[in-house]
Amino acid sequence: MTNLFNYIEKPSPIHNLSGATKFICLLLWSFAAMSTYDTRLLIALPIISIFLFKISRIKLKDVSFILTFILVFLLLNTIMIYIFSPHHGTEVYGTCTVILGSGKYSLTKEQLFYHLNYTLKYISTIPIVLLFVTTTNPSEFAASLNKIGVKYSIAYSVALALRYIPDVQREYHEISLAQQARGIEMSKKASLVNRLKGASAILIPLILSSMDKIEIVSNAMELRGFGKNKKRTWYMGRKFRSIDYICIVLCLLLLVVSIVLTKVNGSRFYNPFV
Amino acid sequence: MEEPILKFENFTFQYNAQKKPTLYDISFSIRKGEKIIICGPSGCGKSTLMHCINGLVPHSYKGEKTGSITISGKNTQNMSIFDISKSVGTVLQDCDGQFVGLTVAEDIAFALENDCVEVDQLHERVKSVAKLVNIDDYLTHAPNELSGGQKQRVSLAGILVDDVDILLFDEPLANLDPATGKYAIELIDEIQKTTGAAVIIVEHRLEDALHRNVDRIIIMNEGRIAVDAKPDELLCQDILKETGIREPLYITALKYAGVDITPQMKPSSIRSIVLSDEDKRKVVSWYENSTKEDIEDKRPYLLEVKDLEFSYDKKAKVLQGVNANVKEGEMMAIVGTNGAGKSTFSKVICGFEKETEGTIIFNGENLSDYSIKERADKIGYVMQNPNQMISKVMIFDEVALGLVTRGVPEDEIKTRVEETLKVCGLWQFRNWPISALSYGQKKRVTIASILVLEPKMIILDEPTAGQDYRHYTEIMEFLLKLNKKGITVAMITHDMHLMLEYAKRSIVFSKGKVICDDTSANILTNPEVIKAANLKETSLYDLALMCNIENPGDYAQRFIDYEREVER
Repeated sequence: MTNLFNYIEKPSPIHNLSGATKFICLLLWSFAAMSTYDTRLLIALPIISIFLFKISRIKLKDVSFILTFILVFLLLNTIMIYIFSPHHGTEVYGTCTVILGSGKYSLTKEQLFYHLNYTLKYISTIPIVLLFVTTTNPSEFAASLNKIGVKYSIAYSVALALRYIPDVQREYHEISLAQQARGIEMSKKASLVNRLKGASAILIPLILSSMDKIEIVSNAMELRGFGKNKKRTWYMGRKFRSIDYICIVLCLLLLVVSIVLTKVNGSRFYNPFV
Repeated sequence: MEEPILKFENFTFQYNAQKKPTLYDISFSIRKGEKIIICGPSGCGKSTLMHCINGLVPHSYKGEKTGSITISGKNTQNMSIFDISKSVGTVLQDCDGQFVGLTVAEDIAFALENDCVEVDQLHERVKSVAKLVNIDDYLTHAPNELSGGQKQRVSLAGILVDDVDILLFDEPLANLDPATGKYAIELIDEIQKTTGAAVIIVEHRLEDALHRNVDRIIIMNEGRIAVDAKPDELLCQDILKETGIREPLYITALKYAGVDITPQMKPSSIRSIVLSDEDKRKVVSWYENSTKEDIEDKRPYLLEVKDLEFSYDKKAKVLQGVNANVKEGEMMAIVGTNGAGKSTFSKVICGFEKETEGTIIFNGENLSDYSIKERADKIGYVMQNPNQMISKVMIFDEVALGLVTRGVPEDEIKTRVEETLKVCGLWQFRNWPISALSYGQKKRVTIASILVLEPKMIILDEPTAGQDYRHYTEIMEFLLKLNKKGITVAMITHDMHLMLEYAKRSIVFSKGKVICDDTSANILTNPEVIKAANLKETSLYDLALMCNIENPGDYAQRFIDYEREVER
C-alpha cells in the first residue's frame, strides 16, 4: 500500500535534525526558489538538493513513484504553457529571437529559456519536499509544529490523522468489497456517474463508522489528560542542537541571495538577452 | 475500617436527553486493593456508572445528578476530569480505538506528555512501565502490527504510567479470543497484585471474568444495584437468570443434575469448587439418563472447497491445502485465532480475494469464473459491524439496494423487499429511518439486505460481537429461524458459547490450515485443538473430568441438547 506520508527510517544526519528545523528550512528554501527566476540560483538549488539526498541515504527508488508522477505533471504543464502562451518569454525578456517557424507558434529562444527556468523552479523545490517527507517522522513533525507555535491540539490532530490512515484504508477496502457484493459496480465496466454513486455507498458507511471511532478516541484522550495544560511535551520531540541553527541560517542565506538577486536583476528574471 | 477509596452515596443520574434517570439511588463503596466485577445486561446502566467514576459524566455527557461520589475522600463534584484521571485509570473496550500514538512507546507516554514531563524522564518512565506489562520489546511497533493481547497490554501500560488508585476495565474480554481473554484476566490480576490498586471490571461474561478471584460482584439491573455479594454467595442465587446474565455453564450443569449449590462448595470457579461424592454421582446419573440427538447428517454438500491455496504476495501462504465443506441447510461455525485464515477463507469464497489454487464448488457449479456480484447471488456476506454496510437513510431503500443495482423491476423489488422485511421481523419498521433502530435491529437490516438477493447460504463475520446475553440470544435465534427456513448459515466466530449452542459442527483454522472438523462439543473438549486455535476448554469439560465421565465431548453435547429442550 502506498502511504501518503512515507517516512523512511535511516541513520543519517538529516534524519537527526529536529523536525522543526527541517520544516523551517523547507519553508525558507521554497520561498527562495519561488521568488526568483534567476537561472544561476535555480541551477544551484537542484545540485545542492541532490547532494542532500546523498547525505540522507534515501534511494531514488524510494521516491520514484511520486517523482515520476510529478515529472509527468510538470511535462504536461509546460506543454500547456506553450499552447496557451507561446510568446510569454518574449514578453518577459523584451527581445524576440525566432529559431523555428513563424506566426503564432514560432519557437523563440526567449520562450525556451523561460521554459527552462520554469522547469528548474520545479526541480529546485520537489526534491526538497520529498526529502522532508521521507526523513521526518510524523510524530516528530507534530512535535515540531507545536514547537514553532502551532497549537498542540492542531499539531496532534495531524499526527492522529496519520495514525488512522492505514485503518481507514483497510476499512475502505472491506466496505468496498461488501458493497460490490451487493451489486455496486466500482470497476471500469460502470459509467462514471454510476461509479460516483457507488462511491457514496462506500463513503457513507465509512464516515458513519469513523464517527463512532472519533467519539471513542476523544474520550480516550481526555481520560488521559489531553487538553489539561496549555503546553505538553513530546516523546518524539528533539532538542535543538547547534547543527539545527546552522541549517536554518544557511537556508535563510539562500532566501537572502534570492532576494538580492531580484534587486540586482531589477526583476525576478535573469535576462541574458540584453 | 479503612477509608473507602471510592464511595457512591444515594447517587442518581439522568442524561439531559433522557426522560428517566439511568441510575437510581446507587450506594456502594470499594476499599483499596479490592477487586470487583460489575455485571448486568445492556442498558442496565453499567456503562453510565463507569462514566460517572472516570469523570466522562458530567465532562462529556451532561445530565442531572443527586447524591455524591467520593474518590479518596474527595467529592468528585469539585474535581475536573483531569484531576479524576490522576486517580482513576480507564481501559476502554475497544483497544484499537483508544490507541492514540503512532507507536507503542508514544501511546504509553501519552498521559505523561500531557503532564509536561521532560523528554528524558518520559523515555525512562515508558521503559519501566513497558517492562512491567512485558511489552518492552515492541516499543517502536505501530498499533496494527500488534495482536489483540499485546494491544491490551499497551492500553494497560498507558494508564499505569500514572500511579492510579483505581483501575477501571470496560468489557476487557469483548474483542479477544477465548485464550487471550483468559490471559487478559490473569494479567489484570497480576497488575493488581503488584500495584495494589483497586480494580473494577465491567463485564457481562461472568464465567470468563471469574477466571481469577474477585472479592465482590455487583449485579446491576434497570439502573439499580440488584445484588452486591461475594462470588460464592452470588452463584448460589437465581439472580443471574432473572437479570439475563449467563450463568457459568458448570453451575447450570450442576443444577440440572439436581445438585444443591452452597457457598461452602466455593462455586465461584470450576477450579475451586468442591463436589461431594454424592454430587458427582448425581452428575453421572444425569449424564447416563440424558439422551443425545442423533447427529449423523446425510444431507448433500452445498459448498465444497478442494485444495484451496491463497497468498497476498507469492511468499507467505495465508491459506494452504484447505479442504472443507458445508452441507445444505447446515448451521456451522468457522473458528480460529486472528490471522489463522478464517476471514480470508470466507473472503475467497465470496470472491473478494482470488484463490491462487484450488476449486470452490457450490451446488455443483464451479465458482472460479464468477465475479463478486455473481457469487453474491448465491452466497451472502454479512460484515461484523452493521454500520459498515448501511448506506441509505430508510430501511426499505437499504434492503432494496442490491435489487436496484441488479435492475430488478420496481414492483418485483417491492414484493421481494416486503417479503424479506416480514421474515426478518422488520415489517413494522419499514418506513423508519435506520438511525432510529437499535444495534440488533440494524444487524437484522444488514442481514435482510443480503437475504433479499435470495442466496442459498450466508456467511456472517462475528454476528454477536460485543452483545450481551439477551441480544446475543435474540440475534442467534433469528439466525436459527432463518436456518430452519432452509438457508445455510456459516458463522465466523471467537465465541465458544455460540459454537456450542448454535453450531453443531465447526471447522477450526490454524496457521492457514484446517486442523479440525468436528462437532463443536468435541472440539471444545479437545485440549490439543483448543491450544492450537486459542480457544478455551468449556468448564463442562472440567466438570466431566471431575466426575470421571469418560467422554467429556459427549457430556457437553448432551448438556447443550438438554438445555435447548428446557429453554423451549
